[in-house]
This record gives sequence, structure tokens and C-alpha cells, in this order.
Amino acid sequence: MDAAGILQILIYIVLITALTPLLGGYMAKVFEGRSRFLGWFERPLYRLCGIDAAREQHWSGYALSLLAFNLIGALVLFGLQRLQGMLPLNPAEMAAVPPDLAFNTAVSFMTNTNWQSYGGESTMSYLTQMVGLTVQNFVSAATGVAVAVALIRGFARTSARTVGNFYVDLVRTTLYILLPLSFLAALFLVWQGMPQNFDTYTAATTLEGASQVIAQGPVASQVAIKQIGSNGGGFFNVKSAHPFENPSPLSNLVEMVFILMLAAALTNTFGRMVKDQRQGWAIFAAMGLMFLVGLGVATWAEAQANPALVAAGMDPLMGNMEGKEVRFGIANSAIWATATTAASNGSVNAMHDSFMPLGGLVPMINMLLGEVIFGGVGAGLYGMLIFVIVAVFIAGLMVGRTPEYLGKKIEAREVKLAMLAVLIFPLGVLVLGAASLLGAPASVQDGGPHGLSEVLYAFTSATANNGSAFAGWTGNTLLNNTLQGIAMLLGRFVVIIPVLAIAGAVAAKKTVPPSAGTFPTHGWLFVALLVSVILVVGGLTFFPVLALGPIVEQLMLGAGTLF
Amino acid sequence: MSIHRPQDLALFDGTILGRAAKDAVAKLDPRQLIKNPVMFATAVVAALATILTARDAGSAHFATMVQVSAWLWFTVLFANFAEAIAEGRGKAQANALRGTKTGTVAKTIAAVDASRHQELPAGQLRAGDLVVCEAGDTIPGDGDVVAGIATIDESAITGESAPVIRESGGDRSAVTGGTRVVSDRIVVRITADPGASFLDRMIALVEGAKRQKTPNEIALTILLVGMSLIFLIVVATLPAWASYSGAAIPMVFLIALFVTLIPTTIGGLLSAIGIAGMDRLVKFNVIAKSGRSVEAAGDIDVLLLDKTGTITLGARQAAEFIPLPSVNERDLAEAAFLSSLADETPEGKSIVALARSRFGFPGPAAGAAMTFIPFSAHTRMSGVTINGAEIRKGASDAIAAYVAEKAGRIPGGVPKELVQAVEKVGKAGGTPLVVAKGERLLGVIHLKDIIKPGIRERFATLRAMGIKTVMITGDNPLTAAAIAAEAGVDDFLAEATPEKKLELIRDYQKGGRLVAMCGDGSNDAPALAQADVGVAMNTGTQAAREAGNMVDLESDPTKLIEIVMIGKQLLMSRGSLTTFSIANDVAKYFAIIPALFLASYPQLQTLNVMGLASPQSAILSAIIFNALIIVALIPLALKGVAYKPASAEALLKRNLLVYGLGGLAVPFVGIKLIDIAVAALGLA
Repeated sequence: MDAAGILQILIYIVLITALTPLLGGYMAKVFEGRSRFLGWFERPLYRLCGIDAAREQHWSGYALSLLAFNLIGALVLFGLQRLQGMLPLNPAEMAAVPPDLAFNTAVSFMTNTNWQSYGGESTMSYLTQMVGLTVQNFVSAATGVAVAVALIRGFARTSARTVGNFYVDLVRTTLYILLPLSFLAALFLVWQGMPQNFDTYTAATTLEGASQVIAQGPVASQVAIKQIGSNGGGFFNVKSAHPFENPSPLSNLVEMVFILMLAAALTNTFGRMVKDQRQGWAIFAAMGLMFLVGLGVATWAEAQANPALVAAGMDPLMGNMEGKEVRFGIANSAIWATATTAASNGSVNAMHDSFMPLGGLVPMINMLLGEVIFGGVGAGLYGMLIFVIVAVFIAGLMVGRTPEYLGKKIEAREVKLAMLAVLIFPLGVLVLGAASLLGAPASVQDGGPHGLSEVLYAFTSATANNGSAFAGWTGNTLLNNTLQGIAMLLGRFVVIIPVLAIAGAVAAKKTVPPSAGTFPTHGWLFVALLVSVILVVGGLTFFPVLALGPIVEQLMLGAGTLF
Repeated sequence: MSIHRPQDLALFDGTILGRAAKDAVAKLDPRQLIKNPVMFATAVVAALATILTARDAGSAHFATMVQVSAWLWFTVLFANFAEAIAEGRGKAQANALRGTKTGTVAKTIAAVDASRHQELPAGQLRAGDLVVCEAGDTIPGDGDVVAGIATIDESAITGESAPVIRESGGDRSAVTGGTRVVSDRIVVRITADPGASFLDRMIALVEGAKRQKTPNEIALTILLVGMSLIFLIVVATLPAWASYSGAAIPMVFLIALFVTLIPTTIGGLLSAIGIAGMDRLVKFNVIAKSGRSVEAAGDIDVLLLDKTGTITLGARQAAEFIPLPSVNERDLAEAAFLSSLADETPEGKSIVALARSRFGFPGPAAGAAMTFIPFSAHTRMSGVTINGAEIRKGASDAIAAYVAEKAGRIPGGVPKELVQAVEKVGKAGGTPLVVAKGERLLGVIHLKDIIKPGIRERFATLRAMGIKTVMITGDNPLTAAAIAAEAGVDDFLAEATPEKKLELIRDYQKGGRLVAMCGDGSNDAPALAQADVGVAMNTGTQAAREAGNMVDLESDPTKLIEIVMIGKQLLMSRGSLTTFSIANDVAKYFAIIPALFLASYPQLQTLNVMGLASPQSAILSAIIFNALIIVALIPLALKGVAYKPASAEALLKRNLLVYGLGGLAVPFVGIKLIDIAVAALGLA
């Protein structure tokens, strides 16, 4: 890789770090109710929906509202897909989506996963894309943020009964954060050459004289929110490798910033709301550290050429360009792959299936660690705080006190809930993945370790609510759509409910004032500890399957065996 | 400041070891094992491995299977052994305290004034029974003195040889079973049913049957169960994943992987650590009434310390005579000297000593008609009437009122100089004692509190640990502030009353802090009950002993500091071994994963960073290490991790280095060494 590649990586890191306190500060204002410039629109909205914005909810009420809202959203999306053939805005005359695929897709978009068992331009009508998918892109992201904010409030409050009002958090996230940012982003993307129209697909004749149908539609509006809201569901099947989804080098850079910026900024929002910004930066540092290591490995791995191709006479300096857009090259493909899997986004600008085994291992590990390296908007932060609780509990005793985080004692209840959330991950990936492997071996395209990686990646992506695909695995079968749907639901709600319960439990606790005897949760010592716990608890769980997949593949590649 | 260790039981006492070995086998009873989920899982897996081994007799892996099964059983036995040793030591310790109690015969009476008694074995006494104890009798049970006064030898439980006085009423009415009456006769109302005395409760706390998990142990157990479930999923799904690569994994290898991954080390040592913590308290002659309170001791943020006896020496010392301008210092000293001659309190003696050293007074003139007036709480003064001259000393307002009355004036007016002298003494942290002869005020004696040597440094250490010290005193705010500054405490409560103390504790608790205090009187009982750690003095009242959650048999209030340290050490040992246990998994993975799949993917040999001889040897070595590490850590679990008071940051750095990094590194070395031995002995 060349100097330009390294420079791009540096620019990217600087942009994310600089945006974190700016956006973080703004979001803290929004959630503390100090920024109300859209009140003229917000208040009538509450009145219309019969919401008493001043009334806060107990964690259980918050969770029930959240579940009800998401259930209705999923049902609407399911209905839209099944009925799209009879509904307007369907110039390409798409037929009704089959039930298992519609279930999978509804769950996928509700859970902020955006796993796509279908090709967007060949399955969904404009109406489904806009009213169904794009709406879920907004509200699923807002749901994640709301949960994170409820948890932050739990830690920030003392002896409190409530953690906020779900509807208010949902509305504010959408109205003050996602909508304005997406609006600006969409304008920017249109400027960069992205289509935003309701036209029918264009039939064109290529230079070679072949005829081609060029798909288009309201792309920019959906791409903007899919990146900002860590959704990732592409308008087109090849997602962000498609020129209409990612028209220029500048759009590539800015879209990559969109992917991480809200998740990164939420760490700062957290720090501000608990009245100690160092706490936010410590979490940012832990996320950043793991991100950089992953990025380094991926970039290095992809800069290596496939030894088999080198043997066939390819220039080894080209690195591994298989499955990559020549427009983006190694560095931008590696950053994108690292960022999109770190952030639970799932949009891709290169085919991860064609990465070198170690290069493909990085996205997989990013997700397997529980989507806590920045992670999905909101989901990354609360996922990380789960690990913080585990880390504080394991190591906190070593200073001779009952473990505490931000003055809240971590006791049996919190540990139980945190372990439940941690347990979901191996359950979704290993159990459901194994079920698919045994039940539908034919869905796997390749044999040996590479085929194993394909299945592993698919279930990791679903459980982590990431949505990116490794390709090479057929997800659109009755069994796989169902198993994936279950994995996504587990990975989303069986984490959200314990998180909200933790929020309620810590909110009710007294806050122990910090002293010299308090376990320090800022500073590098804690960052190192947190990363170690994530690697040991989150990572080691998957070491055996990874050894059978990408690790052994890499070792065999060295010996000249390909898959 | 280090924890001083009174009598130390040898770490591995022969008889305890022998009993523990037997108990370790007895504890294989599933009903007992279920209390420790990690060990229960290990035992289930060991049973499974044994059955599989028997089924597959003669198969390829048979030799390995036999050994793996055996080591799995050893793992469980070693964990049981650790617990049994801790219990044995605790019991030995508590039994030593119990002394001669068993076999004592009680003389029960029907009513306090009954003259005839009935003899009854002490074990059959019930709460409410009245017993009479005369000189030479052993008190048959814990109770309250309801009639009489006696000197009692409590050396059996406190180690203190000087007899103490116990009497009905007041704050010194509680007696403990097993102590001996030296003189006189008392009637005691028994307050505990058999098996419910403090010592019985303490013994129950270290014994398996009645021991309850502390909140922190419960939370830790949940974590360990959670991790075990995660690894269960990993291991149970592995054959399915491996089948895609055509790799068949022998069942015994999967079993080995599961047992080495689940946190057996901390799981096996958890209860031993808890019992050992209680045991350390007993060594300090402190009885905890629950494990919860020992844990809470580690969390204490605020220590309420009584000034007298804890911060200052029990007695104040006369430091200076301050005469009024019109008075000669010698006259003042002489009056003070005479009035204190019969005063047996340390303060009185110190006045006599100071006067003698300054002016060399001889004893009183022989034949002088001296009448001593003792101090009373009502008059708040004492003195002497010598040949008709009335000398009085006492609190300034009491003496002022007395003088005014003598002179026939309206009480109130006090000379400015006297007020200044009194204030000066108060500001310096002393107690002013005003002396008057007849209607003439002479001056002030400066009684000084003597700060215990070394106490200032201890408070500085506590501050560095994040613990706030608050001095409790009945002195006025001025005096209290001066002593507080001199002793280096963080805060003080002056003119303390039991109500104020209770309120202070509640205030701190409202702010999220945990408070420890000690007390002895009945009026301390509410505060003792309110405090998170309330240490009652054994010499105190039964009410105080019931209200506190610990009893200090030696009645030494300074021990509060050590109790906090013991609590911290307990939590720290638990955390350090948990970290160590979890960090161990990394090396175990590197031993077992290549071994599992080597047959299918020879390339995975690269992951065999330890260069273990063969897959069988790797698996066996990991299992053996996993079992032996429990035994190797028993001494650490019993003694507790080394603890030097420091800030949390420094402690974390040190323990993370030792137990975190150590936990990563040790098994790499250990497994490799075992592998060499296994290969050399041809075991696999």
C-alpha cells in the first residue's frame, strides 16, 4: 500500500475524532432537553399521538413501549411487502414478496440489521423501499439510540424510578438528529451524482452493443440514512460498490464518516450526561484501539497478493484486488470493511468473501466481539457498557471493594442481566449457525474452511444486527430466512431488554461519590482492561470455529491450498 | 500499617489436612456439590467421562480417556479439599475461642431472689433462663447480669488476663459463655438458645451446612455460571461446525475442552476464600455475625471513630496550670494538688504528678481534716474540704455557679481572664478544669488529650485508600477541632449524642456512602444497627452486641481499621483469583484447539505455540494443569493476597500485573512443563 492509502486512513481517523465531541455535545443537549428549536413541530406531534412528553417511564414501561412500537413497525413492513403488487409507486411491477423472505426482511430492517436476502432493485417496489425500508432505517436507528440514552440516564441518575420516555427519545432522535443529518447528507450525495428519482428503469445499449437495464430510483435519500443510522441495507444488491450508491472518492470518504460518526459521538454524549467526559473518552479509546488494530490487520492482509496468483505471474505489489472496486483500491476497501463491520452497518464497497482469509477475519471478529467497536448507533454503546459491567465486575474486586461503575454498585442483578446479554451472542451465532449448517448444507457455496466462514459470517452478521454479507451463502431459503430472522430478533431484543432492566436497576441505586478508593474507569489502565475482557470473554468464545474457518484457511493458503 | 497477626495457625496443620481429605470425598454428595455450580458441572462431566471410558474400553484413546477421567475427579476433589481445609481451620479457630463452654453445668434458679438452684447441663439452657454464678463458676452461656456484681476472668475468649467487672444495669452487664467468675455472685439471664450464641453462629458461618453465600459471592457465581454456559454452547456446537470440515472430535477431547475452559479455578476456591476471610477475623478475636458484614467492611467509605481510646489515649494528662492574674501559680497548683489527692482517675493522678514535678509538694499534713467530694455527673465537679477550706475543681460553668453561690452573687458573671484562659485551653484541644478555693477563683488546669502515637500516619493511609475518618467526641466543637487537626482526621462530630451519631450515619448513607462504627453502650444500639458495619465491644451491653453485626472480643475500638482491611483483602483475593482463572483460558485454548483439529488440518500445528508433544499429551497436560492449579492456589486462597494499603489505582495496577498478566503467562509455562513430564513418563 502506498502513502496515499495511509494518508486516507489518517484523514479518516482525524475526521471521526473531531466530530465526536461536536455531535456528542449536540446530542447530549437534545436528550437533556436543552435543545428544543424544533419544539413547534415536536409538541403538536405528541399531542397528535396522545403522548404526555413530561411523563417518564419505569424501565419496564419503556421496554413495553419499545417492543410494541417495533412490533407494529415490523407488521407494517411485512404487509407492505406482501401487498406491494397492488400498491402504487411500483413502476418496475414487482410482485408480492414471498412470506418467509418478507418475514426475514421485516425483522431485518426492524432490528437495524438490514440483512438482505434479496436483491433490492429486483424485489422491492419504490413504495416498499421508501415507506417501508427507509422508515425502518430511521426508527430502528432511533430505537437503538433511545435504549442507549435510557441506559446513560440510569447511570447518571441517583435513586430514580424512571429512565425517560421512549416516545420522546424516539421522536427527538429522529427529529433533531437523524432527519437533519440525512437531509444534508442526501443533498451532498445527489451533488456527487447519486440518483434521486421515481423513474422507471432505463434501458440502455452498451458500447459493446449489448442491452442493459439500468436500475435507479430514490437512492440518495435511502443511502444517507442507511449509512448514518448504521443500517446498511443497500438500494442495490451490490450495495456501496454500485456507482449509484457510491459515485465518487469523496462520496466514499464521506459515507465512511457517516458510518461511524454517530456511534463514536454517542460515547461523548454518554460522558457528558454522566458529568464526566473522561468516561466517554475511555470508551471511545477502547473502541478506537480495537478499530485501529483491525484496520491495520485488514489493510496489511489485503496488501498481500494471493500467492497462487503471484505464482501465475501477477505483480505481488498489487495486493489482493479480487472483489474490489478499482476506483477504491486496497486502503478504502479495507477501511470500509473495518468500519462497516465495526459499526453494525453492513453496507459494503467490496466483496468480503474475496478478501484474504485474515482480511476476512477482521470483519468477522469485529462483529463477533458483539458489535461494540463503535457498533450500531446506540447499540454499540449499550453493548460496550455491557462489557464494561462484566470487566468492572471481574477486575473491580481487585481493589478490595464491591465493584462499581460511575458510583453504581455492580451487584448480582446487573451481573445476571449483563451475562444474559453476553450469552445471546454465542447462542445466535453458534447454535443457529450450526443448525443451518446441518439443516441446509447445500446453501454453502464453497467447501472446507472457506465454506465454514461463509455460514459463520452470515449468522454472525445476523446476530450482531450488522447485515453485511460475505456472499457465497444462499440465505433466501425457508430454513435460512427463518433461522436468520430468529438470530436477528435474539441479537436485538434479548439484548435490549436486559439493557433496559440494567438501566432501571442502576437508576434506582444510590451513587457512591468517587474517592481514592474508587476503581478508576478512565485512563489507559481501564481501557487496556476493557479491551482484554472483550477479547477474552467475547473473542475466545469463537476461537474454535475461527480456527476451523479463516485461521486454518490462512495457514493453508501459505501452503498453497485454495478454496 | 500492616495487619498484625495475633496467633497464627500453621497453614497446613496435620490433623486439619487429614480431616479435610476425608471431607473432600464426603463433599462429592451431589446435594452439597450443587451449591457450587461450576464444580457440579465438572463432576457431571467427570461422571460422563467415566461412563464413556468404561464403554470404550480398548479403543484408540482408551489410555488417555482413563487419565482424563481420573484428573476430572481430582479437579472436583481438589476443590472440595480447598473448602474442607478452610472449614477445618475456621472450626479449629472458633473452637479454641469456645474454650471450656461445653460440659459446663448451669445452676438455674426460678427467680432472681430464689435461694435454691437446680443443676442443668449448659447445652440445655434456653433464652430467658436465670442462672446463678458464684466465684469459681464458669458462666454457662451468653447473657445479661440481672443482679449482683462480680469480677470475671474473660481470658478464655479475649486473651486478656486482667479480670473485668460485670454488674447489673448500666453498660457493663453482658457476659459471655465460657468465661469464669473470679469473685462475688451474679444472676445471669441467658439471652441465647443453645446453638444460637455468637460463637455458635460464627462456627455455623464457617461450616458448610449453614453457610450462606454473601451478595458478592452470589454475583460472582452468576458470572461463573454465565461463562460456563457460554463455553457449554461453544463445546456443544463444535462437533456440528467441525463436521463440515469432516473432522470428527473424540468425545473425551470435547469434555477436556469444556472443563478447562469453564472457570474451575475460581469456582473451586470461591468458598475457601470466603471462609478464610471469616477466619482471619476470628484470629483478631472479632466475631462476625454474617459473611455479608465482612464483605461490607471492604466497602466502607466512612469510619466513625470514638475519640477516646481510639484516637487519643483513654486518659487526659494535666499539662499546665494557668493562674488568674491575681493568683500565684504555686497556690493554684497546690489547690489542684490537694483536691486531686484522693482522685484515682488518670486525670487526677496526672494533676498530682504535674504539681509534684513543678513544686515538689509533700503529702498532705498529717492530721488535717480532709473530706473528699467525688465527681458526680450532677454537680460536674469534685474536690476536697480541708480544715474547713473548700477546694473545688470542675467544668468552668459549674465552678462559676458554685463560686457565685458561695459569694451570694447571682450566678453568671465570670472574670474575663478566666474566660480567656478557658478558651485558650479549649482552642488548643485541651479540657479546661477550673479550680476555686472558697469563693475565690484560682485559675485553670489544662488537661490535654494525648494522641496515640502513629495514629496520624494511619489516617493518612486511610485517606490514600479513599476512606474518610470522622472523630466522634463529646467535647465542644472548639476542642474537637483542635484534636481533629492534631490527629489528622478528616472530620469530626462534636458534642456527640447517640441521636446525633445516628443522624450523621444516615446522612452519609443518603450520600451513597457505607459507614462503619463501633460502640458499647445501650444508647449506641440504634447507631450500631444503622451502620453498615457496626462493631460492638464485648464489654458492652447485650443490646449493643445484638445491634452490631460484629463483636470484638477484646473490646479494642482501634480494630475497626483492621476489620476494614480484612474485608478489603477478602474481596481482593476473590477478584485476583477470578482474573487469574479467566486469563488462564488463553493458554488452554492454545493447548487444546490445535490438538482437537490436528487430524483434519495438520496446518493448525502452527497454533501449537507451546510445542506440545502430541494431541493426547496436550489435552492431558491442560487437564492436569487445570486440576493442579487449584491445589497450588489453596495457600493463596487461605492467606489472602498480599495487601498493602494504597489507592485503588495503584492496587489495580499491581494486581492486574500480577494476576492478569500472570494468569496469561503461568499456564503456558505450566502446561509445557507438565507436557514434558507426561511425554517423558510415556503417559500419552
